[in-house]
Amino acid sequence: MIGIEHYLTVAATLFVIGIFGLFLNRKNIIILLMSIELMLLAVNINLVAFSSYLGDLAGQVFTLFVLTVAAAEAAIGLAILVCFFRNRGTIAVEDVNVMKG
Amino acid sequence: MVSIILFAPLIGALIAGFGWRLITIQGAQWITTGLLFLACVLSWIVFFTTPEQTQHIELLRWIESGTLSTSWGIRLDRLTSIMLIVVTTVSALVHLYSFGYMAHDENFKEGEESYRARFFAYLSFFTFAMLMLVTSDNLVQMFFGWEGVGVASYLLIGFYYRKPSANAAAIKAFVVNRVGDFGFALGIFGLYYLTDSIMLDDIFADASRLSGVNLQFLSWSFDATEIIVLLLFIGAMGKSAQLFLHTWLPDAMEGPTPVSALIHAATMVTAGVFMICRMSPLVEFAPDVKTIIVFLGASTAFVAATIGLVQNDIKRVIAYSTMSQLGYMFVAAGVGVYSAAMFHLFTHAFFKAMLFLGAGSVIHAMHHEQDMRNYGGLRKKIPYTFWAMMIGTLAITGVGIPLTHIGFAGFLSKDAIIESAWAGTAGGYAFWMLVIAALMTSFYSWRLMFLTFYGKQRGDKHTHDHAHESPMVMLIPLGVLALGAIFSGMLWFGSFFGDHAQVNRFFGIPVHETAEAHGEADDSHGEGVVAATEGAVEGNGTEVVESLTEDTVTEGSHAPATPAEDHATATAAGSGMAPQGAIYMAPENHVMDDAHHAPVWVKISPFVAMLIGLVTALWFYIWSPTMPARVAGANRPLYLFLLNKWYFDEIYAAIFVRPAFWIGKHLWKRGDGKIIDGGLNGLAMGIIPFFTRLAGRAQSGYIFTYAFAMVIGIALLVTWMTMTGGAE
Repeated sequence: MIGIEHYLTVAATLFVIGIFGLFLNRKNIIILLMSIELMLLAVNINLVAFSSYLGDLAGQVFTLFVLTVAAAEAAIGLAILVCFFRNRGTIAVEDVNVMKG
Repeated sequence: MVSIILFAPLIGALIAGFGWRLITIQGAQWITTGLLFLACVLSWIVFFTTPEQTQHIELLRWIESGTLSTSWGIRLDRLTSIMLIVVTTVSALVHLYSFGYMAHDENFKEGEESYRARFFAYLSFFTFAMLMLVTSDNLVQMFFGWEGVGVASYLLIGFYYRKPSANAAAIKAFVVNRVGDFGFALGIFGLYYLTDSIMLDDIFADASRLSGVNLQFLSWSFDATEIIVLLLFIGAMGKSAQLFLHTWLPDAMEGPTPVSALIHAATMVTAGVFMICRMSPLVEFAPDVKTIIVFLGASTAFVAATIGLVQNDIKRVIAYSTMSQLGYMFVAAGVGVYSAAMFHLFTHAFFKAMLFLGAGSVIHAMHHEQDMRNYGGLRKKIPYTFWAMMIGTLAITGVGIPLTHIGFAGFLSKDAIIESAWAGTAGGYAFWMLVIAALMTSFYSWRLMFLTFYGKQRGDKHTHDHAHESPMVMLIPLGVLALGAIFSGMLWFGSFFGDHAQVNRFFGIPVHETAEAHGEADDSHGEGVVAATEGAVEGNGTEVVESLTEDTVTEGSHAPATPAEDHATATAAGSGMAPQGAIYMAPENHVMDDAHHAPVWVKISPFVAMLIGLVTALWFYIWSPTMPARVAGANRPLYLFLLNKWYFDEIYAAIFVRPAFWIGKHLWKRGDGKIIDGGLNGLAMGIIPFFTRLAGRAQSGYIFTYAFAMVIGIALLVTWMTMTGGAE
């Protein structure tokens, strides 16, 4: 029987993979975006799992919201990346350090 | 009329000080002097028409705060009217004198600097402040005048502001006076705390009640009256240059000579004596402090006289003489014969102002040479000044016919004080100090005369050739003051120091004589008074009659006239209402009567002392002029000790001035420079940039660093919430 803890384990694994993708990736900003997407999906899995477990539809409704926002965010992120690439000619993570103090 | 007297000098000062460009310097001089003469004439009218009852004239309301109610007011009684004539007369004459004395002054650039209008404005301002002091009806107004004269004194001592010594003297005078003023201010605070009023009448009415009250301060407990009178006396010590707070007075001679005559001889320095006499209803209830006053006054008279013996600067000799005479006045006030203190104040103002103005005339003639060793033989060159100085010297040394009331002013007033000292201290310390001081007074006064006017011409020959008599405007004040120095003693002896009835009439005291007459009649005081019975016999008839009539008039305000009265009832009945009259002598205070009945040897002792001083001075400076040098050589340590003014300045420099400088320097260099500035600079230039660099290094600019920080933060938060149970 697949219980809620399995879902939660998958979600946590996905989330940690997303985090490590964020930290350890030094090459490509697109991978950063993908990692963020992964973390959001992990959260979504959590929401759906709890929704089903508690019998409360609000969690699934919220998941749909998150998906919508994530899509919009991905769109804006890619648009910024395109602009950035046009200006700087690179999207390597190492070169994106304008905020260095 | 008193308001005109009071405000005429202020108006003069304002016009001369701010408007001299409009009315020219001459105009400023004439206006201030004219207004002062107006005030002077009115003062004499007021003096001769002083009402029996104390008058209160309210001018303006001043402070209304809670129970504190103060108004600018005039208290017109005998004490005020005496001070009015002293202040305005001397001030008017000094104004006139300054026309000549200040005409040319090498301390200022001729024709470019208008120092004269400023000088006259300061003089008039001083007069205003002094009048404010003496006419005040409450202590705060008196304090205003007290500080006002302090400011004027500072401005005038430092009038030659290009001379560093004058500036130093001005600062010294101001600072030393602050010490005394602090005591005075504390005394006022204490009185307000205890009586809830600063009006003199309210305080006097409460005086007898206060003598039983204890005042707590930290862990000490004081008798309220004693401590307050002591504080007031500290104020008086500062202003009147009594021992330990006297060092400013000789230095104050840096000011122009008319200033010395007006402020540092005749008026301001006597403010302390006046204040003690004014507070006599309170002072009478502080017998211990009265003893202190007598002791300090007598010591001052003695110490100042010893220093005066060896000084060479003509003005300093007279300055120490002033200090010594102030000591006399305090002795008189301390033994309870306030009228004698006021008498000496009154006569001293005339002859000491004249001595100073005469010295100014000599200095003027000798082109601002002040060292008496460079004088000599000036008798022929400046005859009028010589005669004026001679009269002044005769007055201060106390020349007169012993056992009569005929003599120069100082003869009568000084003898009155010495007899009072004998009676008040049972022939003790104060009496002998004063007699010795009288001897020395005579010596140094005659020394001044002989060095200046007799003998060979010494010093710069050129200066002696050009010595000239002063102009008329300087001689007239001398003449007027000379009249005062000759006659003021004889004319007013009865009023100030005659028999009781006369003095009481003069000062408008109804209370005292009842208690006095009966107190002596039943002789219940047990003070071992030698002459008490004599006193009771003499003039007892008139006193009793007067006392009975007075008593019906002012019934209940003072001791009941029953033969069985004792001190307790006398003081108890006295509370609740201010004693009548300008001065107050407690019922058991018989010093004045005892003084009248002093033995003959006491009465002639000051005269003998004067003769000894005169003969010694003659011997030292006329008959064998080498004598002083030989005596000084034989007693070199003593001579140096006196010449250096008992090393007071050096001791104070070591104890107070240098530590103060040291503390100031360290607070400045270490406290301010190192700690405060160093702290701020260290913070702004060391620590803040250090943290800035640290924070800057944390900003890598890489997104993943920030994300990592966020995740770590979230992890920590989650951990913390898990550990502490979160929202539960």
